Amino acid sequence: MRITVASGKGGTGKTTVATSLAISLALNNPALPPLFLDCDVEAPNAHLFLKPAFKDKKDVSILIPSIDESKCTGCGRCADVCEYHAIAVLNNKVLVFPQLCHGCGSCTLICPTKAIWEVPNVMGVLESGITPLDINFAHGIMNIGEPMAVPVIQQLKKWAAPQPGQVVIVDAPPGTSCPVVESARGADFLLLVTEPTPFGLHDLKLAAQVAKELGIPVGVIINREGIGNASVENFCETQGLPILMRIPYDLAIAKGTAQGQALPEIYPKYTLLFQQLFAEISRMVVHQ
Amino acid sequence: MKIVLTVSSSSIDAEFDPRFGRCAYFLVMDTETMKWEAFQNPGINASGGAGTQAAQFIAQKKVAAVISGDFGPNASAALNAAGILMYRNKDSGSIQDIVKRFNAGELEKVDVPSASGSHH
Repeated sequence: MRITVASGKGGTGKTTVATSLAISLALNNPALPPLFLDCDVEAPNAHLFLKPAFKDKKDVSILIPSIDESKCTGCGRCADVCEYHAIAVLNNKVLVFPQLCHGCGSCTLICPTKAIWEVPNVMGVLESGITPLDINFAHGIMNIGEPMAVPVIQQLKKWAAPQPGQVVIVDAPPGTSCPVVESARGADFLLLVTEPTPFGLHDLKLAAQVAKELGIPVGVIINREGIGNASVENFCETQGLPILMRIPYDLAIAKGTAQGQALPEIYPKYTLLFQQLFAEISRMVVHQ
Repeated sequence: MKIVLTVSSSSIDAEFDPRFGRCAYFLVMDTETMKWEAFQNPGINASGGAGTQAAQFIAQKKVAAVISGDFGPNASAALNAAGILMYRNKDSGSIQDIVKRFNAGELEKVDVPSASGSHH
């Protein structure tokens, strides 16, 4: 079972929900605690709540073109074939723009004089470890200035593979663009965390559309209930999106999360609530 | 001298468009004869790399200089390699006014990227 926690709008409580779910599942099944993947590689922060001891590390790189100028005729076919305009041929000179390159390899294949070979371009790092509750934890960290998160997320998902029967919890980045799609791809269930505000609603609509495109069943968690208005509630009702949990706007929760505590540590009743949430999600996945 | 300006429509009365890679049209002009021709920017809706695409497009037009608002790091690297001089125009005004100011040497020449690239 793989559950991705996403939101659309940033700062609605994805990481609060994802880490709380992971802790509750670890307490429920100490024999096989979940695997947790923090896919918010631009600003990973789940480790602040789950507190893993990191032990393994791996660079993330994609293969980008390098030009052998002695073989290059300046024909420009590499630039023509590049969908991302990561190669320019100007005055018979080939320029490579590593930050635009998606590493597809088309330029290398099309070069008629074999003047292109591929070299790794490091764009970030993956780290993994075990938390005090024996949760297998892994996250990716994108290098500063690097614009492309998707390769880091793809390689994180491949590197940190679950054991048979292990629940996987994926903490997605905010937004609804490619990095979120990559984080949701392969999930059995998408948990959308929102807040009852116009911004929360606006981005929830987008996130629900992404889920629909991907064909993944969805449930909604309303965080900071008590602020804003009923528009999120009304939207969920008309769209048939189940609201699986409501977390109140609460000073103790704000204080606790600011100190790196997940909900079960702030209010122990959440351990059971998240275990029940998981049971409900499992039921929905089986009966979809 | 053959130059190119970034503009918002395919007319000499077009408004100047300060975006290099995402402008609507490139207006290629001979500064001696004031003859011009407009080309639609092929990269206006590119998902990425609009700057490098635009640089290659105008290099094919064999221009010596380009007047725009800002040039990102990738665009300016490509324009440098193509030997195309970059000039920045920050004022409003008609295309003819801007070309006049260019001819009078009043436009600022850009040697380093003047804007960070945009990516989404």
